[in-house]
Amino acid sequence: MREAAILGVAMTPFGISDKTNLELFADAGLEAIVHSNLAPGDIQALFFGNCLGDFEEGQLHMAPFAHSSIGLPMSTPAVRFECACATATVAIRQAVQMVQGGIYDVILAGGTERAAAMGTPLATRTFAMASQAQYETPTGITFPGVFAMAAHLYSHRYGIPLVELKRHLAEVAVKNHFHGSKNPKAHFQKEITVEKVLNGMMVADPLQLLDCCPFSDGAAAVVIAEAGKARDLVKKPIYVAGTGQASAGPLYIQQDLTHVKAREVSVKMAYDEAHLTPGDIDVCELHDCFTMAEVLAIEGLGFYDFGRGYDAASRGETRLGGKGTVVVNPSGGLKAKGHPIGATGAAQVTEIVEQLRGEAGERQVDGAKIGLVDTLGGDLSTVCNLILRGEK
Amino acid sequence: MSTELTFKQYQDGLANDVFWGLLCDDCGSYTTPPQKVCRSCGSTALQVVELEKSGFIRTFTVIRVAAEGMNPPFVVALVETASGAWVMGNVINIDPNEAGMELIGRKVTLSSRPVKGDIYACGDIHSLCFTLL
Repeated sequence: MREAAILGVAMTPFGISDKTNLELFADAGLEAIVHSNLAPGDIQALFFGNCLGDFEEGQLHMAPFAHSSIGLPMSTPAVRFECACATATVAIRQAVQMVQGGIYDVILAGGTERAAAMGTPLATRTFAMASQAQYETPTGITFPGVFAMAAHLYSHRYGIPLVELKRHLAEVAVKNHFHGSKNPKAHFQKEITVEKVLNGMMVADPLQLLDCCPFSDGAAAVVIAEAGKARDLVKKPIYVAGTGQASAGPLYIQQDLTHVKAREVSVKMAYDEAHLTPGDIDVCELHDCFTMAEVLAIEGLGFYDFGRGYDAASRGETRLGGKGTVVVNPSGGLKAKGHPIGATGAAQVTEIVEQLRGEAGERQVDGAKIGLVDTLGGDLSTVCNLILRGEK
Repeated sequence: MSTELTFKQYQDGLANDVFWGLLCDDCGSYTTPPQKVCRSCGSTALQVVELEKSGFIRTFTVIRVAAEGMNPPFVVALVETASGAWVMGNVINIDPNEAGMELIGRKVTLSSRPVKGDIYACGDIHSLCFTLL
């Protein structure tokens, strides 16, 4: 199998934008192509992520329009990916596999979303459409509600009083906002306090407003190429050491929400392929759509034992410059950087690539050599992981 | 005995206060809501059976910011039914503002109520309700 590498990466500022989905994607896509020292005519396929364009803009079948908006050749096929919040990571993994398999040499993958443009009531409704439509959505369950149920179960199962758990969850938000304050492209660039989190409006008990990521607009894109070609084109190609993806059913089938089983399967694939273990990871961008989601992720990815990750942020272990072995979400994560769902995975990859190139500025994790991307889609039902490394 | 349980048959059951499920001939697990294969072992050797309408709350939340068209606050819970299958529904006989951790482990009975379908959904749906004993 051939080796795949990442060349140029780019993301637009995340937040609230007046631009259309196509304009956002064109900004990120062209920048990623230019940073790869390539031209649009060199791109052999476009793997394009978007989840809710039909609700955001009344636009289905956006991929061929994204294709023409950046001047790709007609012979370059454009395909839309939709895996809820894991959309762009899945698109990138498929691109990696196509390059590894020798089907294409150069692919542009990424995504765009205007989640903020919908407004909270419609956005909440459309996000909830990723729950099982016959048996779960009719209960009125929301995405914060899913992780809220996980938080209650976690508190009960591990015997951690809810008031104590909530304080530790607030520390996750504080940590990621601290990271976001160093990211000029983040949706939220202001630090917050535990008290501010705990005084916020209740969204879904026990999660409050600042336990939740925002609805954001934004786009991100990356160029994936065969490793030899990548070395010819850019100074610091970032190699794909391992990938994984797994799928699970509705929550009533998954049952114990304290274990994201799809993540355990997906990340094991990635670790095995890379011949690495959790202890080898220096920096991780993981799926903190809610503070509780970060706790589930650091446990599922193997950084902490189950039931032991809840106070990692409080102990300063996952913070930039902290005393742990892995820095978690130096970009600010979904929580502070923002979460335009179809773009999120490509933005996570962008952050890890910049970290491994030593180009992350104030957010730089010292000596970062190996990074992990973790993206979760839907009700814990899709998880996709990528392990990236700089020079071998 | 039929070996297939469709969404419509399951829904018709709920409308008539019958809780249908599937019993696996191969592993003995119960699957509900229905699907083509056993949730535990993937077998298609399933029989349609009537399930006991009771269970225990395993976790819950109070939805306070809801999708447009809903009327928060309301309680959503995951219940482990007597058959072992888990289901999602609404706890209906509690003030949502009184819902706390003590709900976990409480015994409930199951019923259903018709819920107005989203304009994008295929009609109205009987959604499960839980009544605390």
